[in-house]
Amino acid sequence: MPKLFTGAEIVFKALEDQKVEYIFGYPGGAVLPIYDELKNHKSIKHILARHEQGAGHAAEGYARSSGKTGIILVTSGPGATNAVTALTDAYMDSVPLVCISGQVPTHLIGTDAFQECDTTGITRPCTKHNWLVKDVNKLAETLHLAFEVASTGRPGPVLVDIPKDIQFKKGIYKFIKGKLKNKLNGKALIKPSKKVLDQFIEMIKNSSKPIIYTGGGVINSGPEASELLKEFVNITGFPITSTLQGLGAYPGDDPQFLGMLGMHGTFEANNAMHDCDLMINIGARFDDRITGKVDKFSPYSKKIHVDIDPSSIGKNIKVDLAIVSDVKELLKGLIKRFKEKNKNFLQSNKGKTAKWWEQISKWKEKKSLNFINSNKVIKPQHAVQRLYELTKNKDTYITTEVGQHQMWAAQHYKFNKPNRWMTSGGLGTMGYGLPAAVGVQIAHPGKLVIDIAGEASVLMTMQEMSTAVQYRLPIKIFILNNEYMGMVRQWQELLHEKNYSESYTAALPDFVKLADSYGCVGIRAKTPDELDSKIKEMIEVDKPVIFDCVVDKAENCFPMIPSGKPHNQMILGPEEEEEISDEGKILV
Amino acid sequence: MAKSAYSSPGKLGKLERHIIVVWVDNEAGVLARIAGLFSGRGYNIESLAVAEVDKKKHISRITIVTLGTPQVIEQIKLQLKKLIPVHKVADFKRNDKEILFRELALFKILGSQKKMSKVKKICKNYNPVILDKSKKSCVIQVTALRREIDKLALDLKPYGLISTSRTGAVAMTRGAKIFN
Repeated sequence: MPKLFTGAEIVFKALEDQKVEYIFGYPGGAVLPIYDELKNHKSIKHILARHEQGAGHAAEGYARSSGKTGIILVTSGPGATNAVTALTDAYMDSVPLVCISGQVPTHLIGTDAFQECDTTGITRPCTKHNWLVKDVNKLAETLHLAFEVASTGRPGPVLVDIPKDIQFKKGIYKFIKGKLKNKLNGKALIKPSKKVLDQFIEMIKNSSKPIIYTGGGVINSGPEASELLKEFVNITGFPITSTLQGLGAYPGDDPQFLGMLGMHGTFEANNAMHDCDLMINIGARFDDRITGKVDKFSPYSKKIHVDIDPSSIGKNIKVDLAIVSDVKELLKGLIKRFKEKNKNFLQSNKGKTAKWWEQISKWKEKKSLNFINSNKVIKPQHAVQRLYELTKNKDTYITTEVGQHQMWAAQHYKFNKPNRWMTSGGLGTMGYGLPAAVGVQIAHPGKLVIDIAGEASVLMTMQEMSTAVQYRLPIKIFILNNEYMGMVRQWQELLHEKNYSESYTAALPDFVKLADSYGCVGIRAKTPDELDSKIKEMIEVDKPVIFDCVVDKAENCFPMIPSGKPHNQMILGPEEEEEISDEGKILV
Repeated sequence: MAKSAYSSPGKLGKLERHIIVVWVDNEAGVLARIAGLFSGRGYNIESLAVAEVDKKKHISRITIVTLGTPQVIEQIKLQLKKLIPVHKVADFKRNDKEILFRELALFKILGSQKKMSKVKKICKNYNPVILDKSKKSCVIQVTALRREIDKLALDLKPYGLISTSRTGAVAMTRGAKIFN
């Protein structure tokens, strides 16, 4: 007779075998047996969030900055529904999460019991897979399968719904590995054939106007993939641009890097995408913020698409060479094969791409990230630049909320390493950054973690400041406060005849006093003169900080590809409306 | 500038009718996963037939008739394959000569004996079976293609058709080959 364990014990045994160190969660009636068991498992620490959405984003921040799977534990009903935003966010941005939710006892399912909801039904479209466990003897198997699904192939969230009676019932525990691999028939794990690699190399050799366009897939493939990417860019001498999620995979201050592409990408990156004759997409998914109008997207190029998810290929853009592979595996094979046959490629190919590089430097001369600085009010771009300059020598982790500040952060903060940039790209979840910073700081104690925030976004999950204080997580909330939902206001200005419908927040809290009441530190900067010293003060404090950076209320985020336009028709800025003074012109 | 932050739709490709066959684990919620994928991504289900075909391994076979551009059909297949309970996916064009399609329909007809013989005549090419008969009514079963059943239903209307029940298409390859 094998030893029997309660469902709650099985949960923790599974978490231990999966080497889980942290759970982000919130207790409630239907998960109490699991919470009761917590005390017996010292290797697992529970981080008490203030809202299940906060727990979810914290787990995302933890996962994205560490490469591990994030764990959430929530109760039934509202606990589960509150986690839905975070699960959807993780689904869109390919973040591995395992959400364990309590459920009402099996005999009450379907009776509209207290705090009952159809959790697996609600989360079906926002998870890779979910399970309702009705047999305690299947619990261990299900949990291990859940970890495997979350982290295999294109990562993503999963949910295991455990009724309360199953948490009490006794059953067998077994650690079974590799159940899923058979099921996927190794589909995502195939090594690209030599024939495919040779085709790839042939296309590289035939190109005189190439561009490498990389995305979050490089980050998800692990730090080694970023190293291999550097090598690939190095041996080809090709220009490279990155999506929002891919920032950090390639050094942001390298001359071959053209900056981010897409709706708020640089002039040079978007024009290079439009005019290139070869586009090498590695781990990006041709999202609509990248492509603009699909019919007019990069009309003259052959396209190569490397993606671990077969359904990403051909979804939005037809490509000439599709490779379903993990980025790391592909680059390893490709670089090896490339070096075997093309010893002197970089030198011999220089002439071929010289004109292209010349064209790129002409685009660069536009200095599309420029803005008109001021010595009276803090320009938000200037604030991000100063933050970058004052923190770039530390190994800094940046999270963001969603909106103008997010784009300014992406444009002006340069990332040199992967896993240092956590932002909600796919779902665009306002309120992501603060709880994500909590998770990042948990994964990286002692590191500088900054949430570049907007005042509207950060108020959506402000309660998590309390979590940061409880666990002594010295996260810095750097709010670019313009009193508007800035991106909404910008679109209203550009697309809706300046009808600023409901985008102004008339009653904001005093963020310094708010910080005080949470028991952390509040700092306010109002003028450009005091900005540097205040930022330094923020970095120095070994406590959570809310930094209220009062910025220009009317600033817009440029450059911008207007809707329905191709990449080569960007709006560069408000030059038509304002005079540019030489002293105020900041060159980036 | 267009009044939207999203681009306007491009030209729509040519629509094709396809039969998608999916082998799945017969577990709770699996049909909701398949149907939810279709509705969530805006794909079209014209008919759907499902039943367990392997009692031992608990495998169900789902046959879905759908309409979409080649790009959408490709996405449907790829998205289906990503689902955990899905084992394999097969796809056929509706006009593929190598594939057999059948749909089963039950018709309930009210009327005199004279009318009934006329009804039988109309159905005669579609393997009619009288399943039930009373003085005033009969239930007749036919197996045929979708458009044939559409036509039958129209033709039977004047002869007292009061109720129709249809299964949705099922499919199988001709010859010794099986789906792979």
